[in-house]
Amino acid sequence: MVDHAEQLADRVWQRFDRKERLIRYAVLLATLMLVVWALSDIDIFWPWVWDAPNQISGLAARMWPPSPAGFANIVSALLETVHIATLATFLTIFLALPVAYIAAQNTTPNRACLWLGRFILVSSRSVNTIIWALLFVAIFGPGVLAGILAIVFRSIGFIGKLMGEAIEEIDRRPVEAMEATGASKAKVIAYAIVPQVMPAFFAIVILRWDINIRESTVLGLVGAGGIGVILQGAIDTFAWPTVATILLAIIVLVLIGEALTSVLRRKVL
Amino acid sequence: MLEIKNLVKRYGHSEPVLKGLDLKVEGNSVVSIVGASGAGKSTMLRCINRLVEPTSGSITLNGVELVHLKGAELRLARRKIGMVFQGFNLLDRLTVMENVLAGRLGYVNLFQAISRRYPQEDIDRAFHLMERVGIAHYANKRADELSGGERQRVGVVRALMQEPDVLLADEPTASLDPRTSEQIMVLLQSLASELSLPVLINIHNVAQAKTYTERIVGLRHGKMIFDGEPAAFNKDALDEIYGGIEAPDGDITAEPAASETTHDAH
Repeated sequence: MVDHAEQLADRVWQRFDRKERLIRYAVLLATLMLVVWALSDIDIFWPWVWDAPNQISGLAARMWPPSPAGFANIVSALLETVHIATLATFLTIFLALPVAYIAAQNTTPNRACLWLGRFILVSSRSVNTIIWALLFVAIFGPGVLAGILAIVFRSIGFIGKLMGEAIEEIDRRPVEAMEATGASKAKVIAYAIVPQVMPAFFAIVILRWDINIRESTVLGLVGAGGIGVILQGAIDTFAWPTVATILLAIIVLVLIGEALTSVLRRKVL
Repeated sequence: MLEIKNLVKRYGHSEPVLKGLDLKVEGNSVVSIVGASGAGKSTMLRCINRLVEPTSGSITLNGVELVHLKGAELRLARRKIGMVFQGFNLLDRLTVMENVLAGRLGYVNLFQAISRRYPQEDIDRAFHLMERVGIAHYANKRADELSGGERQRVGVVRALMQEPDVLLADEPTASLDPRTSEQIMVLLQSLASELSLPVLINIHNVAQAKTYTERIVGLRHGKMIFDGEPAAFNKDALDEIYGGIEAPDGDITAEPAASETTHDAH
């Protein structure tokens, strides 16, 4: 027994063997080299970086105190921002649901539809809202319409993908039962699929509405309506106290949106 | 009358699951289909309402050939075939009444289905049947709030709402406790005679098959190797069907306590 205990005490334990350790050092080294390469390759004008604290205090001094002038304008622009988000989210529902239906493995009519659906989702998601906005401002001219369409086109990918995943995760057995009653495809969807994806649908739409409010605040920077338009105007005219008011107003709006959506989501789930 | 002739089902290029089955069910007889897991019981049942596509063979229900039906014709045929499932397959988030009325989906139009405006006679029939099986007081409860036995009753009523010419039950009692499963068997047996409806029941429990059905069909490796009355289903037949494997219920001669449960369903 004593021998046995000594034997145990002599055992060496190492988490990684020699080869694993070498690999880990190599990965670490490669990562460091990548960072060094990136830093040396991009052009940073370092004197400006060291000057930043001065600039920050200067800007803050110019912004303070926030100007109450034009507050009514800001509020109506904020409302416009919310309207853009709401209308765009509403419109997206009608466009995204058919795409979700054909992009879900278990409901798609055929392979061509599946790939078409996935192509729509990927292209919608890989283009940023601002890029969509630039595109639609070029087509429809500056204004709210371009902003709404930009958000719609970005949201289709988001709602479509998440709803597609929700459809793929449904329990197949009720679908089978409805088919066995002699129900048509549309009735099977209405009875066996829709009730199962309802909670996910509300959660996803509420989440996207929240995101869309935030996204629509920057749309104005490219002329697509909302609070961003007057923010851009204030920056261009060096009206820093007004800029400060607008930034504060945006923060308050986002906080309200966040609070509202979290209450709604708790009600749905 | 349901008649199956030379039914073959093969998945891909593997060995067939069903190797030329013949079966004829007439009148309001209750037929149980027994066999080990993988013997092809479930596949056979699902071939009848085409949830599984048969590879070849013929299945006729009251003279209508089912195997080659497509689209609307298939849906018309399916509404005359009720099915009860092992996992109940209810619409969990909908109410019991909606689940029951879903049995009429083959009869109503899309607008009626979505707006839940079912004809009054459907609603009357639903209440009548729910009353019969003792779930009428749950009409407005969500289906997932019910217990297993109650959920299976919903499943049975939904199938009967179709006014079927034949009722298929795929392991209807396998997810239930012994006592509840007896009740469901009694229910299926009595409904078959009340509605003069032939019933095909896939079942693992040989003792229940012997007690509640009037004919036993034994499948093994996709072939029918027994077809006869429960009295003729002896130890040899059991050994042949389960291949000498220990019988799932131990002693097959043990009869379930049927006498007390029979009253519950009435």
